Parts: sequence; C-alpha cells; structure tokens
Amino acid sequence: MTGRAWKFKDNISTDEISPGRFMSLRSNLPELAKHTLEDARSDFPSNVRPGDFVVGGRNFGMGSSREQAPLVIKMLGVRAVLASSFARIFYRNAINIGLPAIVVDTASIGDSDELVLDLARGKVQNLTTNQELVFPKMSKTMEAILNEGGLLAYVEKYGDLLLA
Amino acid sequence: MKSKTLSEKIIGSHTATGEVSAGEVVIVKVDYTFSHDAAGPLLINQIQKLNAGSLGDSKDWTIFFIDHAVPSPTKELSNDQATVRTFSMNNGLILSDAGNGICHQVMAEDYTSPGDLVVGTDSHTCTSGGLGAFATGMGATDIAVAMKLRKTWLRVPESIKISVDGKLTRGVFAKDLILKTLSILGTDGAAYKSIEFQGEAIENLDVYGRLTLTNMAVEAGAKTGIIASDKKTLQYLREFDRAEDFREIKADDGATYESEISIDANELEPQIALPSSPDNVKPISEVTEVKVNEVFIGSCTNTRIEDMRTVAQIFKDRQKTKGLKLIVTPSSSKVYLRCVKEGILETLLAAGALVTPAGCGVCFGALGGIPADNDVIFSSSNRNFPGRTGNPKAQTYLGSPATAAATAITGQITDPRDFL
Repeated sequence: MTGRAWKFKDNISTDEISPGRFMSLRSNLPELAKHTLEDARSDFPSNVRPGDFVVGGRNFGMGSSREQAPLVIKMLGVRAVLASSFARIFYRNAINIGLPAIVVDTASIGDSDELVLDLARGKVQNLTTNQELVFPKMSKTMEAILNEGGLLAYVEKYGDLLLA
Repeated sequence: MKSKTLSEKIIGSHTATGEVSAGEVVIVKVDYTFSHDAAGPLLINQIQKLNAGSLGDSKDWTIFFIDHAVPSPTKELSNDQATVRTFSMNNGLILSDAGNGICHQVMAEDYTSPGDLVVGTDSHTCTSGGLGAFATGMGATDIAVAMKLRKTWLRVPESIKISVDGKLTRGVFAKDLILKTLSILGTDGAAYKSIEFQGEAIENLDVYGRLTLTNMAVEAGAKTGIIASDKKTLQYLREFDRAEDFREIKADDGATYESEISIDANELEPQIALPSSPDNVKPISEVTEVKVNEVFIGSCTNTRIEDMRTVAQIFKDRQKTKGLKLIVTPSSSKVYLRCVKEGILETLLAAGALVTPAGCGVCFGALGGIPADNDVIFSSSNRNFPGRTGNPKAQTYLGSPATAAATAITGQITDPRDFL
C-alpha cells in the first residue's frame, strides 16, 4: 500500500497543526480535522488522502501538549508521521493514540513522493526516488504501546501500567 | 552512591527502588496530576473508557482548572467547561473554576512543594520546577492513566546545567535571562532533557522569577526546567501560608551534566524574541524602530505580583500611546486582589489598560485580544509561533512585562530602563 508524502518544513508547531483559534471545535474532531496543518499548507486538509504520509523535518510538533494535534492527523487517515526528530510531547501523544511517529532522516523525501512503510522491518521505501530509508527501532515501551494500538489498550491488557 | 542531578534525585525518590540514573525508563508515583478546559473533555472521555484503576483515592491530588478560555466565548467551550466542572465535582476532585487563575500559577501558589513529581495536560507544567519539583507536561491520555493509577512512566532525562553568575541589573528580568538561554539552546537544544538552573544570579532570584525561567524550559524542547529549593523558596511558601511544605532539595556535588552553559547576568540587557519563534532572540539594543499596536502583559510565564509591581512603576503617571491596544491579565485571583489592594489596578486603568480576569487569555488565540490582519503584538507570554495569537496574518514579539509596559507607552519596542 503506497501513500503520498506531504512535506513540511522544520519546527512545525502544534499551533500550526491545530491552532488555538479553533479551540471551540476540540470536542468535534471531524470538524477540527478540516483545519489540520492549514496554516502551514492550505492545500493539506482538503487534499490529503487516507494512507498518505506527513513528512516533517526537525522538531516536528513542538509547543503545546494538545493531543488533538496527532488526533486530527490520524483522523484524516494519515498512515504515519515521518520526521528527522520530534518534539517530546507530540511524539508521546502520537504513540499513545496509535499513530506511528517514525524518526528517520527525511531530507531525501520530496513532496508528493510515493512511499511504502514497513513498520515491522523498520524501512520506508521511496518508490519515486527508488531509495530505501532504514530507521532504528523505537524504545521497547513505545513499541509495545504502539503494537496495542495506543496507551489505553496497553494498560487494559495488563490492568496496570507496566514497562515493556 | 553516585552523585545525582536534581531530576535524578526527585524521580528516584518516586520509584520502587529509590534510585535512578539518566537514561533509565521507570514507573513513578505522582504527587499531583491536573488538567484544564482545553484538554479536560478529551481526558475525561479517555478516563471513562479505561477500566483499570480508580479515581477513588485521587481527591487530594487531582485538580481540574478552568483557565484557558474564561469567561467562555462560545457555547461549545461553555459545554466543554460544563463537562469539566461536572466531572470534577461528581468525583470529588479539586476544581479551580474560571477566574481563579492559570493552572501553573495556582499550582505554584497552592499545591506544588519542593521534591514533588507533578504531571499535567499542559506543556508549561514545567513551571512548577521553579519550586524544586520535577514537573512535566503530557497529553490527555497519559494524564488520564496517571489520574486513575497515580503513576506514569518516564525516561530519566540527562541534564543541561545553565550557570548564571553575577546579578541581573536594573530593568533586566528573568524573562530576559530565559530568552537569552533560548537563543543559545534553540527550540530543540534541550529536547528530552532537563534544564537545571544554578549560580549566584539564580540564588538571588525570587521564586517569582524562577518560575518564569522554568516555565519556558519547554521552549527549548526540555522535559522540564528545575531549580534547587532554598531560603527564597521557604520565603515564597510562607507568603502562601505553606511554610510547612518546604524541604531543601538540591543536586549533589559532582552530579553528571550532559553539557554546561555559562551566562553572565551582569552583562545581560533586555532581550526580545522576534517573529516567529521564541529562540529568534536579539538584545534590545539591536531591535530598533519596531512599531507595535497591541501589547499583552499576561500568561503563565509572568504577571505574578512582582511583575505587576514593576509594570505599575513604569505606568505611574503615564499613558499608553493613543490607538494602541493594551491588555493586562493577572495570573491568578490572588495576584488580582493584591493589584487592587496595592493600587496597581488603579494605575493600570489610568494608563488605559483593559484588565481581564485571570486566565490564559491572549496568549494562545482562543479568545480576547485576537489581532487584526498585519497587527504587530508585543507580548510578555512564551510563544510567538505563526498563528499563535489567533491570526496568522499578525506578528508577535516577546519580551519582559517591563519591556511590554515601556513599549505600550511609546508605541514602539522600547528599553524599559528608560522608565525605571
């Protein structure tokens, strides 16, 4: 299954992913999702398709702790967020809601490149450039949470919060 | 036993083994968890889905704040706030209702003690580090789990030591020091780390200023900012009738730091963050002739009583420039009341300020003070990312409350030392 890359610059903040001026929509995620990343790329929310990839640079998701930021990206059907690095809270939130956040050098990925993600083998294939990008395994705890589909399911499985 | 940083000490004391080192992943007991109206409805939804744990014993250490959009500007946010109010009251949890104050300010006034481990659904939870606590922000799902199980998991962070020698000079404040720090670290220079502030200038800084430093640690990507507790901390707790909550906690001599940055406070001048990032910083002497038409003095970064006194000193017998919008938001009802009693409110109103109830206000663009297209805002808050204040076509500069006040008087970015 391939998806198209939506390339973003370094240091995309949560204020750009899901701006505070739409706070009234936070309990209406489908409506809130219509404004996802619109300040960074106005064509994104209306043209992104299920299976596409959000591709950031350095420090993707900096700023606030609003979990709506990864939630609206997931709600639009985005397969995964790839970035050279993530801000701490965004990364944790993404994994907690079951949205893969992959740390990989994104410099060689161009906008609209066709990508295939193999999460288990730790590889992204870029069909447009014919390149294979390899990424390291995430931490054991993060991987275990993501494998259950998120933190709530992980905690329910053991009835407690345990380290993987 | 190996020498420990402040973060290692506090996290260690909240684990089963009692001792940790940077890099370990551990389960920790939390002393306080909190949420607010911006994240609360989502968090409550997650709590209701989670069977594990119980809210039964969380009455004394779980707090819900209504602070982000007060008074509520829309029926949707009123409904969100009703959800938070009802849930906290039905479960016997602590409710800090609209007008009582910004969560981080109220945590520092009434709850956080030195040595505590605090987690909340807000990135500026790290503010409490100014009292010698380990405090960090997380999302709604993490905090839902923390509220029901009274624990969370953490990777023990490496620490960066910021050593500040000398003494801040007249007209130069903690806000200038943290902006200078951000100009060195950048917005991800402390990613996943703890920033520990030490040195003569920090020892001489009151807790009010220390909270400004730790508040913006997250702007460098840090997990937390933290400062040892000392006699200044005791003095602060005494002001809020909490002297019994004091305990001395500091890093061990010989603790391991990943890196160390030295700053000379004597040499520091007022600092300004230019649009649109808090690390895009210049000393005020290099920022000339920037015209401003909105000034916001507020947010969890400052507007504690000492900031308000400084601002009032600048506005005494002076007026804001004609046509400029001046909005002042005290950080809590306690601060507001002191502004009334000390005549600060009168000075602000005489200067032409619009004074709002305590809350997050103009800082993040959900209500009030939303700029017009092409407006230039000078704000004492913590972030000036694109669109932060509610209009992507406006630009925001950041600086101290004193610089903000001086700027409101002249209508262009102005050195507060001209007025002090």
